[in-house]
Amino acid sequence: MKRLATLLLAAAACIAAPAIAQEIGFTASDTLQLPRDTFFGAVAGVATNSKGHVFVYSRTGTPVMTLGGARSFVRGGSVLTEFDETGKYVRSIGKNLYGALAAAAVRVDRNDNVWIVDTYSGMVIKFDPQLRILMMLGRKPESIDVPATPNTGRAATGAPPASGMKSDLFEGPTDVAWDTNGNIFVADGTGNARVAKFDRNGVFVKSWGSRGSDNDQFSTARSIAVDTTGNVYVADRGNNRIQVFDNDGTYKSSITTAGNPQAICISPGTHQYLYASNSNPVNDIDMGGEIYKLELSGTVVGRFGRAGRQIKEFNAVNAIDCRTPNQLYVAEMGSWRVQKIALQ
Amino acid sequence: MKSHLAASAALSLLLSTVSAYPQVAATAFNSAPDLAYEAVPGFFHGIPAGDYMGELQGVATNSKGHVFAFHRGPNTRLWEFDQTGKFVREIGKDFYGFMFAHSVRIDRHDNIWTVDEGTNVVTKFDPTGAKVLMVIGHHPDAAQGPVATSRAPNAPAEKYTLCRPTDVAWDQQDNIFISDGYCNNRVVKYDRNGRFLAQNGSEKVGKGENEYNLPHGLQVDHAGNVYVADRGNARYVVLDNNLKWKTSYNNVGSAWSACISEGPHQYLFATNSNPNGNAPGSWKIGGQIYKMELDGTVIGKFGHAGKLEPGFQVVHMMDCRDPNQMIAGEIESWRMQKFVLKGSK
Repeated sequence: MKRLATLLLAAAACIAAPAIAQEIGFTASDTLQLPRDTFFGAVAGVATNSKGHVFVYSRTGTPVMTLGGARSFVRGGSVLTEFDETGKYVRSIGKNLYGALAAAAVRVDRNDNVWIVDTYSGMVIKFDPQLRILMMLGRKPESIDVPATPNTGRAATGAPPASGMKSDLFEGPTDVAWDTNGNIFVADGTGNARVAKFDRNGVFVKSWGSRGSDNDQFSTARSIAVDTTGNVYVADRGNNRIQVFDNDGTYKSSITTAGNPQAICISPGTHQYLYASNSNPVNDIDMGGEIYKLELSGTVVGRFGRAGRQIKEFNAVNAIDCRTPNQLYVAEMGSWRVQKIALQ
Repeated sequence: MKSHLAASAALSLLLSTVSAYPQVAATAFNSAPDLAYEAVPGFFHGIPAGDYMGELQGVATNSKGHVFAFHRGPNTRLWEFDQTGKFVREIGKDFYGFMFAHSVRIDRHDNIWTVDEGTNVVTKFDPTGAKVLMVIGHHPDAAQGPVATSRAPNAPAEKYTLCRPTDVAWDQQDNIFISDGYCNNRVVKYDRNGRFLAQNGSEKVGKGENEYNLPHGLQVDHAGNVYVADRGNARYVVLDNNLKWKTSYNNVGSAWSACISEGPHQYLFATNSNPNGNAPGSWKIGGQIYKMELDGTVIGKFGHAGKLEPGFQVVHMMDCRDPNQMIAGEIESWRMQKFVLKGSK
């Protein structure tokens, strides 16, 4: 019952949509071509590289748990798929990847390295453009407890949940971003509620945030992006805001004009835009779902789309790619697909 | 309230507890001279496209220089590389004795031994990996559903049942020594046919003589002495061939793994592995590998903690058959790296 109540509360938060904004016309298409008999599951992440290749990190099946071992081990459940610039299938990895359990995000950095974030393995993995592993942050838990205990924090650190545990072990990480110096920012996330900063070599620098609704606190840190001046934008879903921090994590402001954000993206170029999705919950298409285009100041340029199951409607958008001006890819947890969006 | 939404949706994956990350200061750190080991970038190659090594638990070479890697990737897998570092084959795909890798070692006859802490089994393969020659330990029985995680004290140690064993070694008579392990805290000696001879320690955790807190690896020198990496106590324990306590070395850090080289003058290598989940400021602590005389005299050190090569992320096992050609296997960067002493062959 308590859980139902919290779901309703979260749903209510979604309804609190911002003021009317100008509608932006757009077209949508489902362009990615998977091999026959291959399907996406809930699509957590989508990102393009500089050549226009599209990377999709999707929950494709159920993680498998061993029976009758010294402990219970889990593996499998998510696949990273690459498509070329025309949407043609190139390859997929993940079945043989120890850290692939439940996809959270994929992002491509400015050197075309591909990064995945996995919420259950608690790992952030950096691949080179050929998808060879370069670096990893966090560590997959060795085994799971039976029966599964509520989210009580990681036994390795003894930290209580959502306490802003300051280490490089993550608890439900959701997203990753970089500044122009290569510093790494991890949104961590749904289990913990903080942002962790690492230098380009993966050395832990600092961590900020904990569960709450004050400035510097997060309900959940669901998505993260960094602008060219190094400011860090965090989608604080549950608190109906995007918090903006400077490069060292000092709170600057909150953007409250884009609903309850689940996915954000900052476009490249000299005039950067911020896209934010007021995503509907996966169990309801009668609220929210629109995506906002904003100035970095938070001023709304316009909005487009609504929740729904059809093409040109959005169902629990969890990621936005905005590398190309006015052309987006959006990943949907509710409708298990990626849509290519052209804004007018 | 809202926080419970995410919390309730999250699978709770908890790191099974190791009793401690003691991470005591390695007192030899400052005084030991630096040794000129140089990384060989990209030495290991040829892994099939789309395939990945997982957490690298075990690494060992045979007399021909072939390298065997036992890793969690994500099924536990045993891979063979040739002496040039090129991938050769996978051994034991979907083998009943593989569930959660911990160690691989090659005996003086080039037989391949794996230690698996998920199946609680130590397996001896022939040198080609085609035939199973011996199984020690008891694979837990088939279960009809998830088995509840045990919160009870460790059950009394038994002769032939291992409890999350960690490593295997042999003396020159081919007696078998097993460190056992995460839920026993003992060293066991079996004869060459796998019959129980002796044990040191018990299921209980301790820090005194003849006690262990996670014996995490072991090696045997040519004289038959046994060297145990007593990780939870951050010390190396030395036993005689009948498992009688001799001494311990506690000045080389976290004591994750032991390696003793071959040849007329044997050396002991010790790894002061950095812990996972480093807190801020701890990144420069540890990571180095110490080279020692068997009597515990520290000769020097090399290596450091770091996410990127040639840094180490939690060295779990070393191969030092040739003491001038080291291979270090890392858990947290899912890789193994080769190091060659500058000026050696």
